[in-house]
Amino acid sequence: MALFLLCLVPVLRLAWPFYMLLTSGYSPALTGNPVEYITHYTGTWTIRFLLITLCVTPLRKIFNQPRLVRYRRMLGLFAFFYVCLHFMTWFILDKSFSLSDMWADVVKRRFITMGMLGFALLLPLAITSTAGWVRRLGFVRWQRLHRLIYFAALAGVIHYCWLVKSDERLPLMYGAILAVLMAYRFYVWRQTAGPRSATTPRTASLPG
Amino acid sequence: MLIRKPADLHYSDVTPKQMYVNRRRFLASSLAFGALAGTARGSMKLGDFKKTSYNADGEKPTPLEVITHYNNYYEFGTDKGDPAQNSKNFRTSPWTLKVEGEVGKPMSFDQDSLLKIAPLEERIYRHRCTERWSIVVPWIGFPLASLLKQVEPGPKAKYVAFETYYDTKQMLSSRSAGINFPYVEGLRLDEAMHPLALLAVGLYGDTLPNQDGAPIRLVVPWKYGYKSAKSLVKIRLVEKQPPTTWNLSAPNEYGFYSNVNPHVDHPRWSQAKERRLGDLFNRDTLMFNGYPEVASLYTGMDLRKYY
Repeated sequence: MALFLLCLVPVLRLAWPFYMLLTSGYSPALTGNPVEYITHYTGTWTIRFLLITLCVTPLRKIFNQPRLVRYRRMLGLFAFFYVCLHFMTWFILDKSFSLSDMWADVVKRRFITMGMLGFALLLPLAITSTAGWVRRLGFVRWQRLHRLIYFAALAGVIHYCWLVKSDERLPLMYGAILAVLMAYRFYVWRQTAGPRSATTPRTASLPG
Repeated sequence: MLIRKPADLHYSDVTPKQMYVNRRRFLASSLAFGALAGTARGSMKLGDFKKTSYNADGEKPTPLEVITHYNNYYEFGTDKGDPAQNSKNFRTSPWTLKVEGEVGKPMSFDQDSLLKIAPLEERIYRHRCTERWSIVVPWIGFPLASLLKQVEPGPKAKYVAFETYYDTKQMLSSRSAGINFPYVEGLRLDEAMHPLALLAVGLYGDTLPNQDGAPIRLVVPWKYGYKSAKSLVKIRLVEKQPPTTWNLSAPNEYGFYSNVNPHVDHPRWSQAKERRLGDLFNRDTLMFNGYPEVASLYTGMDLRKYY
């Protein structure tokens, strides 16, 4: 519950400035361009939540805290929640609900193509996040499907990189964090899939 | 309160740095216009300027708060809010603007004389950024042409190159910002001579806030915002097309001309629409940002090729 509320903090922080914007027409916290600010803000939090979700498995293994896995679904769903806000801000306020305008951008702008790809990859994960779907798919297939999060996170980082005009320090920082998290997984996979795997306990059975 | 300039005061007489920084406001406020005491930090009332018919078709200017807190001034940081924060102690005094190159009479201006180059006038212009946002700004300045005429362009002068202030001690490194400094821009001579091209020294009745390009900047309202270089230190008349910063950074995205054109997209986004800061929804972008009088500068040119 505490974690749930903590995950809501980023969006709740927008509430008061947004109210000010609607009532007085200007809110310093949202800058002179509130639509762009909210779009970037929710986009950034999507990438952060994807990376936080991807931290669960390494933390669980390194600190031997199997219980951490309980939080993974919620964190992943929060990434989905923020990407929905991100998408809706863009679709409603930038594209004015126009599907044709949206499609034109998706086809023509590679950073939007990449963003939409990331969004599309997260959709099946959100849908199949329930216990019922794990049962229906079978754990192995469900696990394989949920490895899509790696590609969604990568798409998110590339989407961000391609968006910025010149200062790539922030997107590259998120890219570096993702690289470390993926390198850890590769390392564990090498350890368990290597010749000594027969004697290693199968701890890598859960996807990250 | 009327502040007179003490005749024998030199910058070097003022030793403590903090005093020195404040002193510039003192000095600058005693300019030709019988200026009044300073208002907000850094900006002072400009005394005499005439109103003009340039009024952005009657549209209400964007609030000062937005104009001063939503800036692209990469030397002071790449986030829109950075320049307001990081330019607070920017020293615009002493200042030198040099006008040189293919001219009969090279000239040099210090901070005081910048405001006396030509009579000041207020012009309310639309300002359209390549990033698809726009504002309406009540600039105060004078036509660039009136300065160029004073230096007497020579027969070889075909272009005007602008260079802006750069100081690693007060500003970001090129590497962090991702573009080369000092920031350079350029115009064709006939573009520079067009009556719309302005050198601005103020906005909203005051001298320019630091984050908006103090003490003097270019304003070319029919071109994307990055053409309107801030904090100018050098204007050179040259024979060949000069390099421009964003063109050097990404030549396929930013050309030399950079005219506002809803029909020519940026490779990464459409330029057909824009968001006027303060609006929730987008509006159509106008050809030449709604200044059709410049069209004759480009007759016969393929504006897709010369973007």
